[in-house]
Amino acid sequence: MKDWFTRESRSGLKLVAGPFGFSLLLLAAPLLMMLLLSFWTQNYLDLDRTLSFANYEEAWTHPVYRMLMQRSLVISILVTLCTVILAFPMAYFISFYGGKRKSLWLFLITIPFWTSYLLRIFMWKIILGYNGVLNSTLQWLSVIEEPLTFILYNANAVVLSLAHAWAPFAILPIFVSLEKIDRSLLEAARDLGDTAFQRFIRITLPLAMPGIVAASLIIFIPTIGDYITPKLVGGTDGLMIANMIQVQFSKANNAPLGAALAVSAMLIVGMIAACFVFFNRRYLRSQS
Amino acid sequence: MVELNTVKKSFGDVLAVNGVDAVIREGEFFSLLGPSGCGKTTLLRLIAGFEHPDEGSIVIAGRDMDQVEPNHRPTNMVFQSYAIFPHLNVEENVAYGLKKQNLSREDQRARVNEMLRLVDLEGYNTRPAHALSGGQRQRVALARALIMKPKVLLLDEPLSALDKKLREQMQVELRNLQRTVGITFILVTHDQEEALTMSDRIAVMFYGKIAQLATPQVLYKRPLDKRIASFIGIMNFMEGTLKSVTEKGIEIDAGPLGTMTISPDQMPIPLQPGDVSIGIRPEMLTILFSSSDKAEIEITGTVTDTAYYGDMTYYEIAVEGLEREVSVSMRNTAGRRVLDIGETTRLGLGRESLLLLS
Amino acid sequence: MTGAPRYLTIFVGVYLVFLYAPVLLLPLFAFNDSAVIAFPLKGFTFRWFEGLAGESTLLVALKNSLIVGISASVLSTCFGVLAARAAARYDFLGKKPIMSFLMLPLVLPEIIVGVSLLIVLVQLGIELNVWTVILGHVLICMPFSIAILLSAFNNMDKFLEEASLDLGATRRETFFRVILPLVMPGLISSLLIGFTLSLDEFIIAFFLTGTEPTLPVYIWSQLRFPSKLPGVMALGFIMLVLSLILLTLGEYYRKKSAALVGSGSSEIRNG
Repeated sequence: MKDWFTRESRSGLKLVAGPFGFSLLLLAAPLLMMLLLSFWTQNYLDLDRTLSFANYEEAWTHPVYRMLMQRSLVISILVTLCTVILAFPMAYFISFYGGKRKSLWLFLITIPFWTSYLLRIFMWKIILGYNGVLNSTLQWLSVIEEPLTFILYNANAVVLSLAHAWAPFAILPIFVSLEKIDRSLLEAARDLGDTAFQRFIRITLPLAMPGIVAASLIIFIPTIGDYITPKLVGGTDGLMIANMIQVQFSKANNAPLGAALAVSAMLIVGMIAACFVFFNRRYLRSQS
Repeated sequence: MVELNTVKKSFGDVLAVNGVDAVIREGEFFSLLGPSGCGKTTLLRLIAGFEHPDEGSIVIAGRDMDQVEPNHRPTNMVFQSYAIFPHLNVEENVAYGLKKQNLSREDQRARVNEMLRLVDLEGYNTRPAHALSGGQRQRVALARALIMKPKVLLLDEPLSALDKKLREQMQVELRNLQRTVGITFILVTHDQEEALTMSDRIAVMFYGKIAQLATPQVLYKRPLDKRIASFIGIMNFMEGTLKSVTEKGIEIDAGPLGTMTISPDQMPIPLQPGDVSIGIRPEMLTILFSSSDKAEIEITGTVTDTAYYGDMTYYEIAVEGLEREVSVSMRNTAGRRVLDIGETTRLGLGRESLLLLS
Repeated sequence: MTGAPRYLTIFVGVYLVFLYAPVLLLPLFAFNDSAVIAFPLKGFTFRWFEGLAGESTLLVALKNSLIVGISASVLSTCFGVLAARAAARYDFLGKKPIMSFLMLPLVLPEIIVGVSLLIVLVQLGIELNVWTVILGHVLICMPFSIAILLSAFNNMDKFLEEASLDLGATRRETFFRVILPLVMPGLISSLLIGFTLSLDEFIIAFFLTGTEPTLPVYIWSQLRFPSKLPGVMALGFIMLVLSLILLTLGEYYRKKSAALVGSGSSEIRNG
């Protein structure tokens, strides 16, 4: 007990009280409020404050919401996979072949992402559209006769746009992990007879895993809640749970249901993330 | 000048300073010497005011320092990392503490230049901090502290970050600086050579307590116990027996060296008859190269190892009847040869070189 | 770049095209003399940029964005200084959970932050305006401020403060003469990055803005009108250039901060 309130502890707490108080008030309290709201029900214009699971029942059983939830999950997983898999060779290239210009490469990677996120997604709409850049170019090159239609206003477009948007968030953590790998380990393995492929599987990949995990979590968790991308390029087949949540808070005027949907989404995401981290730890432990 | 009265300080469960009593005199170069973790740095910081004692008191220049903050104490400190302000240049660093005194620009400049001359950094006024070498930073730290005219200058392992040659040079310079300026210096170090070279008196610390406080000569020649003896320089130890203590002297049985009577001052702490450790410094043993060389006590041994230091050679010699090898140091004077490993040789010593320690 | 296998280099090339495609098209269509955003290009013009000046709603949105951006970055930097100093210098009860909680907005989807804040504000009957947006933005900018400033504070030799005290300065003087100058580059970096984040943020602004839209919200409202699109392209281009400048400055100051503060304790062993 005595240790808790040492002079040092008090000084530290005094300093951090401001920001922490702010966060408690504006983040913790609202999150709790959202949780509470999800247990109330909206009867047309009245808010019924008796606690019930009605919203959760609806969120988890109603086919539309289930479908949206599932689709959001699938899209998030796909986005995470695509982004990380595509980002890895890029990060590998910079780390192992970047030489003296590594910072320049990293700078180059991030420039495209200093445009407005909104505009970037919109540009994908331009690129992937019926009369868009991709179709016009392919037609001009005589690769296709008719414009492609499967590339826009559906889940594919959402995955592609997000895989683009999250690219630097994947490249950077993976790069950091790869940088930490002691190059002499790889040389020693080579010395002992491992092929390039074996060296990659046995040394590089496991040691880069923390970066891969970090990248995956950074991408997976927020993607579930993405609103802009599905709205702009998702059409009707690419809408995600965030769009539905927004609808509940505006047109449908059912904030409690929206809250329940939001909480459910976070729960699912949290569980998946936790499982992922858990299994990854076991994988790493079995490797060492 | 500085009185430490039963000072105690703990950090959590760790008792860093466990009852230290000492008086440090005005104008003396005083060292706190000991291995890492012995509490010497904590003690220094207690004197500076960065820590407050749990028990006991610290009195500086007649004033009790209880509740007195570091910025109000008549002390100034040179930190181990020098803590030179990186965003200021040399002059701004040195003049940092003068701000309160509201001196005119010329006066301040004059004082700074005086200090820079003292530490041999004349003309470096506008050099930025990051362009200084380790040794230069140290001098700036010294100038910055001394310009405040403290009653006591505290130095926390100031030479540990320098390479050997520079360290030896700075030891001499620091000593001269202290003599020139005339104020009390309290130095913390783990390097016993450094302490011996520079200090008027040394306090050897182990586990938060002062084990012995004495001049370098006394510390070297008459250490109070085995621990201190082996910490300061190299000491050979052998097992022996204390037979009796009489008015004539002390009767001992020194194994292969024989039995003999030695003088009372060769036993720094009164010991009881029984088993005892006998210590002898390597330089007190002589290699008797030719048969005409004689000594009071002679033993024979075989060289097991040699280490050549240019001006000295250290030998490890295995002697019949002694458990451990004996370290012997010989100056490489003109014409003197160096023994080979495996050679047998006679060793000589005088009985006044023996020390009885526990 | 020596030694990279062929397939990897090709991949990198294609990947870079993929990364830059949307961005390169922006200036292309901003200067394109056509009301339709499609190929082929029809010539060079500044008229879309000129047209922007006349849009009053745009100018209002710009003003709002500036107010929000500056307020949010200043507030988040202030909070960041407090939290970073606490974390760097002191060990206090509940340090880890508190710091983790402060960094939480980094991994929460923005919609969650926006929605939950909206709920509370509605329940309390508070009107949505520029200030509600600022509050939301401070929440998401704070983790960045804390990260930048924590690095700045950690890099500072902790003995510098003691040295200052030892030389007679008070705690207050020490803060202004030693700590602040050394942390200043980190402060500037935090301000610039906070401003840029806020300028571009859409979702929270979308949920929490009342009748005073910010720039991204304005852009969103324009996206459904094809005739407005070239103007949007021009606006986007301006914002890109602005972000580039701000973020380059931010990076410059961050590097300067690390170099300045870090070099104070490096040793050079040659007299």
